[in-house]
Amino acid sequence: MLQSGSKLKLQGMICSKFQYVFLLILIFSTTVASSKSFIFKKEKVSTKDTITYISPFHDDNERCFICHGQKKYEYTNENLGRQVKAIMYSERIINRNYFYRSNHKSFSCTDCHSEGYTEFPHPGDLRMEQNFNCIDCHGGDDRFAQFNFEAIEAEYQQSTHFKLEEEGFTCWKCHGPHDYRISIRNSEDLKETILYNNNICLDCHANFDKFQLLTEREEINILVRHDWLPNQATHFKNIRCLECHTEVNNNILVSHLINTKEKAVKGCNECHSQNSLLMSSLYKFESKEQRRDGFFNGIIMNESYVIGANRNQYLNNISFVIFILIVGIIAIHIIFRVIRKRQT
Amino acid sequence: MYLYPKWVRIWHLFSAILIIILIVTGISMQYTGKDQAFFLMDFAKAVRWHNFTSVILTISYIGYVTGNILTQNGKYYKVGKLNFWSDMGKQLRYYSYGMLKGEKHPFPVTLERKFNPLQKISYVLVMYVAMPLIIISGIGLMLPEITINKFFGVSGLILTDLLHITMGFLLSVFLLIHIYTCTLGNKPFSLFRGIISGYHESQDH
Repeated sequence: MLQSGSKLKLQGMICSKFQYVFLLILIFSTTVASSKSFIFKKEKVSTKDTITYISPFHDDNERCFICHGQKKYEYTNENLGRQVKAIMYSERIINRNYFYRSNHKSFSCTDCHSEGYTEFPHPGDLRMEQNFNCIDCHGGDDRFAQFNFEAIEAEYQQSTHFKLEEEGFTCWKCHGPHDYRISIRNSEDLKETILYNNNICLDCHANFDKFQLLTEREEINILVRHDWLPNQATHFKNIRCLECHTEVNNNILVSHLINTKEKAVKGCNECHSQNSLLMSSLYKFESKEQRRDGFFNGIIMNESYVIGANRNQYLNNISFVIFILIVGIIAIHIIFRVIRKRQT
Repeated sequence: MYLYPKWVRIWHLFSAILIIILIVTGISMQYTGKDQAFFLMDFAKAVRWHNFTSVILTISYIGYVTGNILTQNGKYYKVGKLNFWSDMGKQLRYYSYGMLKGEKHPFPVTLERKFNPLQKISYVLVMYVAMPLIIISGIGLMLPEITINKFFGVSGLILTDLLHITMGFLLSVFLLIHIYTCTLGNKPFSLFRGIISGYHESQDH
């Protein structure tokens, strides 16, 4: 019903000389409509979930994935002389789909893991294998200079997460080597990126099974903790946890200095203002090209909207001129009235 | 001449207070700065007051529309097609020239005609166009999750907000002109007294 009503209004919009008025009515008659079934909503087909990448090491990797790619694995137990089926330890399962769309998709498993794993059964001493860290490969390499991994490392060392290193915290806790993919830098769908990023935090902070491995703290309920935040659901869908929980550093793309909760942003106008904090964090990538044209123009084509920050300079100027004109006309009118009163 | 019934006066006074609060809090939100936490009002406080006041104003607006349907007050807002533009021209000429020359008011207030042609059209536009638009767009901003995400490729929230602040601005300008034109009675405060007491002092001009 709503859709056919909107269509009729659209026709009227084209025909009528009051196009603008109709357009406005149309926009707002549909404002409260469900976003799912809306006639003009262009369904976005995400291509990110379609893995088109073919690894040069596909066949080699498949020798690992045949066991580590799913929960069940089979092997021939030579002592028993028969096939044995068993359940793979969940921490050792690598999802093929996630891996082949991750940053490390072009790697062979043995680029990072010992060649010894090509033997089966795997030699026992490989369990003590020392894993690589991000900086082991990304540090001091000119190819990665623009990402400033050294500054990221320095920030991380000041962050509250670094204090948990003795408990086993590493870069991998957030940037899973087998599934992490860069999202914000070349994001086509900001909301999808925000969801992906926030899920990284929630993987521990909303999952007590993992959380308790790193801290003695009691289980926290993110929703209750953020009770004070107005429009909580809207905020969670539209900004990353990082926006409030890190300190912005313009030398790196994403701040890694995750602060304690005491230092988190709580003031509305940190974001809801002309020089919004989000400019140097969430919208850094989207708006950097167009930033010279102003915040509004830089992000007009995405779904973001921040009250207080999306101030339109043109409207500001027009409204200022109109306001001055009205005040001027009133002032002139008053002067003429006073003159007339003196004459009579 | 008893012109303004009690319910109209109460509604008018109530709306005046609410609209002033909405303008002050609205400007505070629109022009808040990161470094200057206070423009007119702290952002969080402005949001709370704006939301609260707007809900009351919406109820008050529904009351006003209902009142106009149920009572005779609605007839004053009926805009006739006959001489529509020439009547407005006459009134405009009176405001900008005639009254300064001491001419008689072209549309003196009577029990049948409370508003002059300019008043009538501006009140109709304000109450039946601007108010519904600002209320609907306000609901869209207050409940962003129900607002459409994109409209022809542009954020639905941005469009909703643009409409909201444009209407807010136009209503603020209306308020300014409304207050000023209310000083154009017999004496500068005659018309203000009228809307409080209900009795309109007959105008010489």
